[in-house]
Amino acid sequence: MAGRGRGRGRGQMTFNLEDVGIGRGDSLPPTTFKPSPLFPPMPVQPVPLQTGEEVEYMLALKQELRAATKTLPFYIRRAAPKRDVDRYSDKYQSGEPKDSTIEWSPDWSRLPKELCVKVREPRGKRPTPQVKRTKKPLVGKEEILTKLETLEKKEEAVNSEEEQDEEKKKTNEEEEQADEEDYEEDFEEDTDYIMSYFDNGEEFGGDSDDNMDEATY
Amino acid sequence: MTEEPMRGNRRSFRHLPQNSTNSDVGPPAYQRGWSANIPSCNAQLFGKINLPVSAEIRCVVALAITCVWDSEVVLRGFSRNSFHDLKGCFAKHMTAQEVRLCGLLLQEHFGEVVERIGTHLLRGGAQNLRTIANETNTPLDLVKKSLCVLVQHGACEFGSGRRGPGSPVEYRASCERVLRVLRYPRYIYTAKTLYGDTGELIVEEVLQRGHMTMSNTVKTVADRLTHNMEEGRSMEYSEVVSAFSKLVETHFLQRCPPVAEMGTAATSTTPATPSTPAAPASTSPPTAESNPDCYKLPHVTLIGRGKRRRSSDDSEEQRGGKKAKMDSESCGDEGIYWLVNFERFHQHFRDQAIISAVASKLDQTSSEIVRTMLRMSEVTTTQTAAYTQPLSANEIFRSLPPNYSISRPILDQYLSLLVDDPMEFVGKSGDSGGGMYVVNLQRALANLARATLESVVQERFGSRSARIFRLLLRKRHLEQKQVEDFAMIPAKEAKDMLYTLLSENLVQLQEIPKTPDHAPSRTFYLYTVNQLPTARLLLQHCYKTVANLIERRLFETKENKRLLEKSQRIEAILASLQASGAEPEQLTEVEEMITAPERQQLEALRHHINKLDSTENQVDETVFLLESYIFSTKTK
Repeated sequence: MAGRGRGRGRGQMTFNLEDVGIGRGDSLPPTTFKPSPLFPPMPVQPVPLQTGEEVEYMLALKQELRAATKTLPFYIRRAAPKRDVDRYSDKYQSGEPKDSTIEWSPDWSRLPKELCVKVREPRGKRPTPQVKRTKKPLVGKEEILTKLETLEKKEEAVNSEEEQDEEKKKTNEEEEQADEEDYEEDFEEDTDYIMSYFDNGEEFGGDSDDNMDEATY
Repeated sequence: MTEEPMRGNRRSFRHLPQNSTNSDVGPPAYQRGWSANIPSCNAQLFGKINLPVSAEIRCVVALAITCVWDSEVVLRGFSRNSFHDLKGCFAKHMTAQEVRLCGLLLQEHFGEVVERIGTHLLRGGAQNLRTIANETNTPLDLVKKSLCVLVQHGACEFGSGRRGPGSPVEYRASCERVLRVLRYPRYIYTAKTLYGDTGELIVEEVLQRGHMTMSNTVKTVADRLTHNMEEGRSMEYSEVVSAFSKLVETHFLQRCPPVAEMGTAATSTTPATPSTPAAPASTSPPTAESNPDCYKLPHVTLIGRGKRRRSSDDSEEQRGGKKAKMDSESCGDEGIYWLVNFERFHQHFRDQAIISAVASKLDQTSSEIVRTMLRMSEVTTTQTAAYTQPLSANEIFRSLPPNYSISRPILDQYLSLLVDDPMEFVGKSGDSGGGMYVVNLQRALANLARATLESVVQERFGSRSARIFRLLLRKRHLEQKQVEDFAMIPAKEAKDMLYTLLSENLVQLQEIPKTPDHAPSRTFYLYTVNQLPTARLLLQHCYKTVANLIERRLFETKENKRLLEKSQRIEAILASLQASGAEPEQLTEVEEMITAPERQQLEALRHHINKLDSTENQVDETVFLLESYIFSTKTK
């Protein structure tokens, strides 16, 4: 009984099709069998964005804020996972953030006691390393200049650019490492060893280049 | 979960409100969205299944049923209480889109760890420390650090546990506060327009650090300003202090609320603060406004000038991170922290929106009059007031800005024009003093929201659909035939447009039965638009839009990560070369390390990111309007 109307015309319904607006002989839109596409074609183009001094200033503000928040101590990074073997240098190279210390000092009276975390304090003597530090950057830059001059003299066609690339990266790395090592002297606790004697080698500090096609020399 | 089509003769729920649930009439089900009307869906489904409906099952199934067209799921803040106290659990509604957007914002500003903890808190309601650590699989220290950061920025509150003072502390995240992060550039720019560079930097510092003491802020801002000045000049602390006090006087900055007493004390110890005593978690923590001192400046004298950082100190600064440097001398305002008063900024934005609407609808002079009225009632209007205090025409005349010298009769004419305008921004509340006038804040917001809705429909569906939409807004309920006649659109196209709008949930169907058996041939089907639910829907769309924009930006950045890193390195090399005085040939050699196609790619990337960023800012303006409107209707 229920299936009597099937197949004859569009099917019987309890109301008048004309009332709804589907007249005789009209074709209905095709049925959809899948969800709508992810990027459907737009019938109307959107209005262009606002422009003007105000808009650009706020854009610049937004980008600056975003960059600045990455440097603030509120940006919490997980500590790098421990390497397989404990190294001696771990004791003196604690430049990386640790899980157990907090980088800034909140007002603990405004927080519940259970949230208290040890505040990381960079201790150490400031005046003496400063003297050394003012010299180091100059030396680093002189290194770059002398290297540039030597490279100019060579005038190699194909590999010159790549070598310059590597050299500069290496000098930058060394400079950074030297500065870092200088800074680590602040963390000197009870050791007689002078940090600059300890050479970390090229692998330490990680390669700044992920896509080095050529081998390191 | 599919809903069976209900045939007319099997209907037995006549007592229930019928809201577009009949699938025989109107466009087929695949084109139609579900109208989110929970109680009726609930009762209908349960009526059919004939289950003994208990509270828990009802809310679980309600969750499943409420799938809006584009599969948004409304998450209820299921705190542990929910199964015992239904009223409490539905207090804070956070939709999936809001939580997603909050997660992205937290990730951008505070990192992934804080994002994980934050979204867990937002989804799960109030929880204690151990639960958070266990459920997110994060080490306890990281959880503690993240919570410190969230509390510092006001995104999280803590209170004593549910089971009384002895239970562990519970933390609750605030979705609203995290969403404010999107509006930071607008706050900072407003402070700049009102109080200059000093004000701008003060607000920026306080926003970046959550809350700060006055002395700390003054020192940091003075240092920053000095850094940007020429050699030999430095910024006086007193100038910064005066800008700070101006911000506090006009209520843009306020004191942090005192911390609620937790655990043991039954009575509040400080008489000045009317904070509630330690009690079950349902009492709200004291707000900033409840403190009578919240706009009082501390008595500290800060004398000094900003320090210019030498370039050799720069590396030291960067290495140590931007820590809030506390000098060894304390300045006497320990414990008094200041934070940005977002509500006051929102009031300012709302006033700006009203003034610019008047300016574009009428003319500049009318907008100046409205601006004067709003300025005069800044202090006397509460936040949630529906209209300002009545102002007499005499007062307005006296307070007009001096460069707008219009005569008294002209002012009266303008005022009567404003009152007669259909937008109803200004209303007349009496005749004393030359006429008492008020600014209708609530109505103005409603009109602004309505204009936004209309504009959205127009831009997405064309001007004829917008005509139908406006018609329905004005005339409330119309039959299909009437829509075609009033809008002067041919029947077929009108039907098409109506069905498109219906499928997007911008328009709803209302059934009015003529006969008790609800036969479809003898029922009126009326189309209607409800402004408030439509505004809510659009607001959720906006949140989704911003979240999509952020994700796309992250994707673009990730795709070109290598290129960006290379260009940053080259810039660093160039900078160091320039600082050490290298020759131009060397500089050009270094510059040529980036090839021309790479430069093009970088340029295109920068262009895309700029576009995405400024779109976020623009969508945020719409979000603000809709949020203000929805909020103003809540507090009736």
